Amino acid sequence: MGALRSLTVSQQVGLLFVALFGALTIVTIIAFTRTLRDRSDAQLADHEQFKRDLRAVWIGAVLFWVAWASGAFVSTLLFGVVSFLALREFVTLTHTRRGDHRSLLLAFFIVLPMQYVIVATQKFDLFTVFIPVYVFLAIPVVSAFGNDPQRFLERTAKIQWGIMVCVYGMSHAPALLLLDLPDYKGRGAFLVLYLVLVVAIAQIAQEVASRRMRRRPAARAISRSFSWRAWGVGALVAGVVGAALYWATPFKPIPALLMGFVAGGSGTLGEFVMKALKRDAGVRNWGGKASVTGAVGLLDRVAPLCFAAPVFFHSVRWYFGL
Amino acid sequence: MTLPEAAGLLLATVARLITGAQGHWHGSPPKAEQRIYFANHQSHFDWVLIWAALPGDLRSTTRPIAARDYWTSTPLKHWITREIFNAVYVSRQRTDDEDPLEPLMEALRNGDSLVIFPEGTRGNKGDPAPFKAGLYHLAEAFPEVQLIPTWIDNVQRVMPKGEVVPVPILCSVTFGAPLLLQPGEDKRAFLDRARDAVIALRSVH
Repeated sequence: MGALRSLTVSQQVGLLFVALFGALTIVTIIAFTRTLRDRSDAQLADHEQFKRDLRAVWIGAVLFWVAWASGAFVSTLLFGVVSFLALREFVTLTHTRRGDHRSLLLAFFIVLPMQYVIVATQKFDLFTVFIPVYVFLAIPVVSAFGNDPQRFLERTAKIQWGIMVCVYGMSHAPALLLLDLPDYKGRGAFLVLYLVLVVAIAQIAQEVASRRMRRRPAARAISRSFSWRAWGVGALVAGVVGAALYWATPFKPIPALLMGFVAGGSGTLGEFVMKALKRDAGVRNWGGKASVTGAVGLLDRVAPLCFAAPVFFHSVRWYFGL
Repeated sequence: MTLPEAAGLLLATVARLITGAQGHWHGSPPKAEQRIYFANHQSHFDWVLIWAALPGDLRSTTRPIAARDYWTSTPLKHWITREIFNAVYVSRQRTDDEDPLEPLMEALRNGDSLVIFPEGTRGNKGDPAPFKAGLYHLAEAFPEVQLIPTWIDNVQRVMPKGEVVPVPILCSVTFGAPLLLQPGEDKRAFLDRARDAVIALRSVH
């Protein structure tokens, strides 16, 4: 590990990408050879689901590589676009009315770009309060001018919630790029990668664990697969992977483990919350199948990141007393 | 690439960014056959959505209908409808010596496909209004042209009547199986059947 620690930043990150793409290639080849065998319909359906997930991971990995190779500005822009697409899907799933039109325009075309501009210009004081304070107050004002009292609180709350998760939560990931950590200049890209990796691994580990263990679900009406034991396994695996990556982070091994645990655990809880939301919206499909409105499941995939990023961001800041 | 082509591409990209413009084909594959797509009408955005949901090579031969007095009133509107969309202009004022469907028949004789909104006007919500007779007359005159029912979902939320800027919300366009005019079928019966075929697509996904 000492040798790894002494490498330059680009060598470390390059190494990590080589490992990531290598692992993905191996998994893809194995998945392909398995398609050559005869299987039952249930297995085929499982396999289709797996293929969709694998494709999403590939797309994510390539996007990350592009973002890392082209610097902080492009990464921030990229997260902004993902934020936009996620918010679009969120708004599609919630029932807004005509009177919400102006508030939605405000959310999409003013709040969202501004939040990312604030991130890019590193105004962290404003960054933490802009949405929770100013936008929180501005949205109901604009909505009230929409002149429609029916279910007013409910509609406004939904828009605010969408902005909080899809814009505010997500914007904490690129904000990591710009954190000024001691002895860690220019390595923010790695922190983002670290976050995304542990969150993804927590999800995968939890999924595998819930299949293997078949525990009693913690909330059957919302998710048949979510159990506390599986959640714990997911978060723990994320922590272990996080600790294994400590050489490229600003943390020591034990804090790296804790960081991985916290980020992974909050990510899978975020996924759980999104399941509740989709159940409420009446969407049965989960994970990449096109649904009624053509919502393609981006929200499912980025929600864990939206929940994990703020928690992780502030953990890092507290840890370094920033 | 010419300017109208570039503008068209830009417009389709923007429409996709805002609405997703997902085309679902149930019962008719997206083929370059001569067709009349008939759809429910809720918003000014409807035509752009159908157009963006079509595969690129069908866009150039699929034409919208535009009201001449409105869409030729300024040079920009005229340019957009003429150069980008290659619209078929119809006049809304009825004159005795002119068949209002004549420009449509002309386009169909040329081998172009059309998109029409048989309700005649934008509906507010719920089920589409009863269809007007134009669709029947076109089906009668051109029995070889496929009639494709089309359901546009969610678009009224993107741009409600009276608003100018669209809100990004996912929409889908569902294309159904071709409808045939039965020999000797009554006009009203056919139009109701066509309307039912469009409504039936609402629950197909």
